[in-house]
Amino acid sequence: MRSHAYESAAERKWLKWSYLGIFIVMAFTGFGQMPIFKRFYISDVPGLGWSADFYATHYIHYLGAILLFVLLAYIITDYLIKGRSEFRLTASAYVRIVLLGGIVVTGIFRVLKNLPDVLFSPGFTMFIDIAHLGFMMAYLMAALVFLIFKSGWTKGIDD
Amino acid sequence: MNTSISRRTFLKGGLAAAGAVAASSLPLPSAVKGETGQELATLIDIRKCIGCEACVEACKEANASKFPEPKKPYPKMYPSRVKVSDWSDKRDDMDRLTPYNWVFIQEAKVTVNGKEETYTFPRRCMHCQNPPCADLCPWGAARKLKNGITRIDADICLGGAKCEDVCPWHIPQRQTGVGLYLDILPSLAGNGVMYKCDRCYNRLEEGKLPACIEVCPENVQKIGPRDEIIKEAHAIAKEINGYIYGEKENGGTNTIYVSPVPFEKLNASIKKGPGKPGLQPVEDSMAHADNLAKAMVIAPIAGIAAAAGKFFAASKKAIRSEEGKK
Repeated sequence: MRSHAYESAAERKWLKWSYLGIFIVMAFTGFGQMPIFKRFYISDVPGLGWSADFYATHYIHYLGAILLFVLLAYIITDYLIKGRSEFRLTASAYVRIVLLGGIVVTGIFRVLKNLPDVLFSPGFTMFIDIAHLGFMMAYLMAALVFLIFKSGWTKGIDD
Repeated sequence: MNTSISRRTFLKGGLAAAGAVAASSLPLPSAVKGETGQELATLIDIRKCIGCEACVEACKEANASKFPEPKKPYPKMYPSRVKVSDWSDKRDDMDRLTPYNWVFIQEAKVTVNGKEETYTFPRRCMHCQNPPCADLCPWGAARKLKNGITRIDADICLGGAKCEDVCPWHIPQRQTGVGLYLDILPSLAGNGVMYKCDRCYNRLEEGKLPACIEVCPENVQKIGPRDEIIKEAHAIAKEINGYIYGEKENGGTNTIYVSPVPFEKLNASIKKGPGKPGLQPVEDSMAHADNLAKAMVIAPIAGIAAAAGKFFAASKKAIRSEEGKK
């Protein structure tokens, strides 16, 4: 999350760590939606007993989504008001944005599906379930590649 | 108990067949056929149930083609804590829910006005209005249909048993050695398929009643649009000064029990455990998630306001500083 737009190094740091923290929680509780944490002893790790409780991981995943929405809305607004005149997004940022968009959109449909009186067709339900996981796996792989190649999100306007 | 058995035998051979013939000759309202897409509910009047188990046998017969046919030996699963759930040698078990028994008769002995009375009633999936099994299934294998049925697609289910875990009554039951997981990573992921009552969705599509309802000689169960079923349940409860279970439980279900005795009393008496659900009060499992979903709508507004506020404050500061210089 290297940025030229944010007014202070402290804000930049705060945004970076908030995003990273939320993302780790979302990834962990997201994988916890599959019945694997108990099977593979993850919930046996001291302090992680809660991870075998599907309702607990589900609530935390929803709370993470709320925080992610606040953060993304903040960053997008910041970019539209000021950022785009001060820096450019890198190609790797666009890849991440597309994948993140996929995660968010499929996640929204997943939340809608869970509301009372909202019914999707079986095929569409399965598609959003698998697509949500697929986008997440793709994002994690892309993030790893970009980390290895040290490709940040932003570059200077003249770079 | 002997009297009860002889009565059961008699009913299975005679009254049950007569009931089925009579019921099958009745024209079904289009709402019951599922043509209108209305949510359907069943009404179970436990005063009428005589525990003959005709419904249990009819369910087994009508759904036999859906029952699992596992291949043995089962693949070795890792880690070792993953246990095989094998009911294939106990297909005839009728005293609990299993992958081969989607409805069973529960018995409660309760004291009413100093007199001991025995009540029997069919137990199966409650078909919740907002079913956590379908909401939380990671693959979309468990799903709710427009007509209020919650069913598990055996072709997609991997048998992780999450649905059983999150169901307040722990209804779905697992059979190892069958299903999609065998074609993926049978040793490391999945463990079979989950099975439960699908309220004879295929029979409803054909305009027939669910087998358990059709065969019942005492007309214990009834199916219809949920609002009408609720109205009728309340009318009966008012008439007998009775109690209702399933209308509000877990946020509302499509299986409504009416009883002349409080459900706490019945719940205290019935045998509970794996495959034997209780009749306990159940809060809406998805209520907290639904509230958090509402908060998700407000969340982006908060983010936009925070960013806009920051620039507004910065602009104000800049203007003041300009003015100060002047």
